[in-house]
Amino acid sequence: MYRYIIKRLLMLIPVLLGVAFIIFAIMDVAEGDPVYSVAGADATEEQLDLLREEMGLKGTLLERYFRYIVKMFQGDLGTSYISKQSVMKIYMQRLPNTLKLASLTMIVSVGMAIPLGIYAAVNQNSFKDTISMVISLIGLSMPNFWLGLLLIIFFSLELGWFPTGGNEEFKSIILPAVTIGAGLAALMTRTTRSSMLDVLRQDYLRTARAKGVSEGKVINKHALRNALIPIITIFGVQFSNVLGGSVLAETVFAWPGVGRLVVDAIDQRDIPTVTGALVMTTMLVTLVNLLVDIVYAYVDPRIKAQYTK
Amino acid sequence: MTAAETTLAFPKKRSSTALVWRQLRKNPGAVIGLIIVILIVFMALITPLIYDYDADVIKNNIKDRLQSPSSKYWFGTDDLGRDILARVIYGARYSLAVGVVAVMIALIIGVTIGAIAGYVGGMFENIVMRITDIFSSIPSVLLAIAVVSALGKSTQNLMLAVGLASTAPFIRVARAAVLVVRGEEFIEAARAIGMPGWKIILVHILPNCLSPLLVQATLRVGSAIISAAQLSFLGLGVPAPAPEWGAMLSTGRQYIRDYSYMTLFPGLAIMVTVLALNLLGDGLRDAFDPKLKK
Amino acid sequence: MNTDSNRLAVDIKNLHVRYETDDGVVYAVNGIDLTLENKRTLGLVGETGAGKTTTALTMLKLVPVPPGIVEADHIEICGHNIPKLSTQELEKVRGNDISMIFQDPMTALNPVFTIEDQISESIELHQDISKAQAKARAGDMLETVGIPRERGKEYPHQFSGGMKQRAVIAIALACNPRVLIADEPTTALDVTIQAQVLELMNKLKDQYSTSLILITHDLGIVAEICDDVAVMYAGRIVESGTLEDVYGYTQHPYTEGLFNSLPNIKDRKEKLRPITGLMPDPMIIPVGCPFAPRCRYVDERCYQVMPELKSVSPTHKVACIAYERPGFHIERRIENE
Repeated sequence: MYRYIIKRLLMLIPVLLGVAFIIFAIMDVAEGDPVYSVAGADATEEQLDLLREEMGLKGTLLERYFRYIVKMFQGDLGTSYISKQSVMKIYMQRLPNTLKLASLTMIVSVGMAIPLGIYAAVNQNSFKDTISMVISLIGLSMPNFWLGLLLIIFFSLELGWFPTGGNEEFKSIILPAVTIGAGLAALMTRTTRSSMLDVLRQDYLRTARAKGVSEGKVINKHALRNALIPIITIFGVQFSNVLGGSVLAETVFAWPGVGRLVVDAIDQRDIPTVTGALVMTTMLVTLVNLLVDIVYAYVDPRIKAQYTK
Repeated sequence: MTAAETTLAFPKKRSSTALVWRQLRKNPGAVIGLIIVILIVFMALITPLIYDYDADVIKNNIKDRLQSPSSKYWFGTDDLGRDILARVIYGARYSLAVGVVAVMIALIIGVTIGAIAGYVGGMFENIVMRITDIFSSIPSVLLAIAVVSALGKSTQNLMLAVGLASTAPFIRVARAAVLVVRGEEFIEAARAIGMPGWKIILVHILPNCLSPLLVQATLRVGSAIISAAQLSFLGLGVPAPAPEWGAMLSTGRQYIRDYSYMTLFPGLAIMVTVLALNLLGDGLRDAFDPKLKK
Repeated sequence: MNTDSNRLAVDIKNLHVRYETDDGVVYAVNGIDLTLENKRTLGLVGETGAGKTTTALTMLKLVPVPPGIVEADHIEICGHNIPKLSTQELEKVRGNDISMIFQDPMTALNPVFTIEDQISESIELHQDISKAQAKARAGDMLETVGIPRERGKEYPHQFSGGMKQRAVIAIALACNPRVLIADEPTTALDVTIQAQVLELMNKLKDQYSTSLILITHDLGIVAEICDDVAVMYAGRIVESGTLEDVYGYTQHPYTEGLFNSLPNIKDRKEKLRPITGLMPDPMIIPVGCPFAPRCRYVDERCYQVMPELKSVSPTHKVACIAYERPGFHIERRIENE
């Protein structure tokens, strides 16, 4: 088992480098030559050149990329063009807010979706099943930011139960979490139901019943353990989606997280911040994916057996 | 976060078109979805005959600005006095265009890469899949944002950005479908009679992958439309004054306190379109593999 | 050992089972009486679709109740009145008084639990012992079926087909049930493994004094280990008796047809003699004898009257009205095998 973990950790490095390269290359195209805006109108060519050197803008793409990577490993993601602060510092300030939002969203959504999905599968084609499926489909088809706006209209402006944005109160996190969570819950419910339906057809459940196992245990122990396996595999993707969703939710609700950081930075053409935030966020997703893979290998005996001889 | 990602398994057998059509007809949701999609496409195509772009859609009409829905303006007017109904209907052209083109880009690139990778196998396949995984770990919204900020704001770049962000699932579906078929005997038979690799892929393998690809494509158009709306909402999509639904919601947000009707209709348009596509895509998936439903 | 004052391990009277599906009603079992005495082995023979599996599922109340509908005068297993049992009581009976093993060992085991866990789960359910003791007993059962006990920690995908079936047998016998139903236990296995598994079952049923109902379409297997035989056709029993009765003094034309279908190894030149035609559509209840369309000895009355099971000896029964004609007999006589 450890072999597997070590192997995956080692594979993480080329992946992280690859991700950083892709983002760096894309953002490089957006760069243009920022020295003019930084130096001012009457800088001499010499001064501009010196500035380019300082800002690490000289050399080919690969040279700049390597310099960037080296500095990244030292914890330096450059300086924001706008605020002149360390990008890493700004990012780390904002990250906990996004993580708070993401975790709450995922825990509540998944916590609701899985029992609902099980219920829908066990009672397939019943009225409640059909209703749940219709509602989840609607939830999946709604743009999350639109849901956020509707929530504001109804719960903030009409009812006044929640603030329209910001991070002032405890309640502030609710509406943004629902905004992201609705789509996630819809997806997870459908996935759980689908996975459960597959498992419910299996012969080994009949074996369990023939042994005298109670129906409740047949569903919640024998069936669920199997049904969860494919669900775990999409967890990583879902985390990625939640982070993507938080870009929109944070914008709608003025939530001080990294999603909004990226959007604001793009508006302001603050390339180092955009690059740094994108790279860091993607690394986070990759890390979570790795964790999910490890949990998956542990939970599915067919994989586990391969690595624990 | 789309219905496309719920496809845990894909149909393995090739069904004749007539059979599939019959199965599809039995599914009320799918039929509704299909009808709505056809209606929206039709509407998008004929709108220029009803509304004149310059006069009805983008011309400022300040004296009528910010009017709530009434018998004159069914959906009300926006901050520049423009008829929201006209803009929403016209907006279908943008959303559908971006959605379809983005998916076509993703399909062509994705299927080519995926099919070749799946067929050739070995180290090449491995590397390709690794790179695909790397691209997948970038949240698609962020990837699209990055591409647009790199290339500049325009409708074409939006299509490209959303298309690139949607490529990974097509690579995977194509490769998986190829893998399923690769080991079959008729492929060996084709090789035995000396058919060249590319021809085998084109003639034998791809037709067998059509059903999962069709399902994915339908579902992905829906998510592409949402992605396009998201980017336009953030100001990175179709440039003003074009009546893109997401951009209209961005304006609506500014006036949300007192003019909440502005947020209602464009969002509803997005939802209905995507819902119809999801219903259709789900129906197609079930029709191709009826075992999956029972 | 679950002893009981009742002589009969299984006592079923007038069992009817139908499935009401969207496409119509399927009449799976149409009036069966089945009894099984302690320590005896009954072979339930018939082609696919004869209703054998449904009959077996009824004994554990495992017939899915929508769409299935089960009706009978009574169904008694080890003295328990099965239809009247509450769910809890039923769960106590299953796996404990009566066990069942199914046709396909490849899918019968849960892939995410170890073999040992799946065996000890049965033990823990029905016996009041600690987890550790149950695990130890599970290990004993593995050894009994010829699997080294350390392999209990492995998962089903690591076992071969034959080993899987033996593990399934271990689960079924773990609580020493009085009745074991084996539904085509060897059909999915290689021929050599078949012999092993059969031998194992033979040995164990004697060792544990278990009554066994063996469902199969393979007459050879029946001859190997069964004491009694019941031949089913279209949801009815058409002939029943001891092994000697049915094999040595065959009465029913269908049974004769089954024997004739077996290739005769002694006479290579002989053409295969299958039974012409197909089993009747289970969605239609025939008026007369369900076998009439395929029977060599058929006459008009066969299409009009449903034959009842009549005794031709204290142990041997047959359902064929041809025997009302004086002097009627089928061609197959005593085989000198």
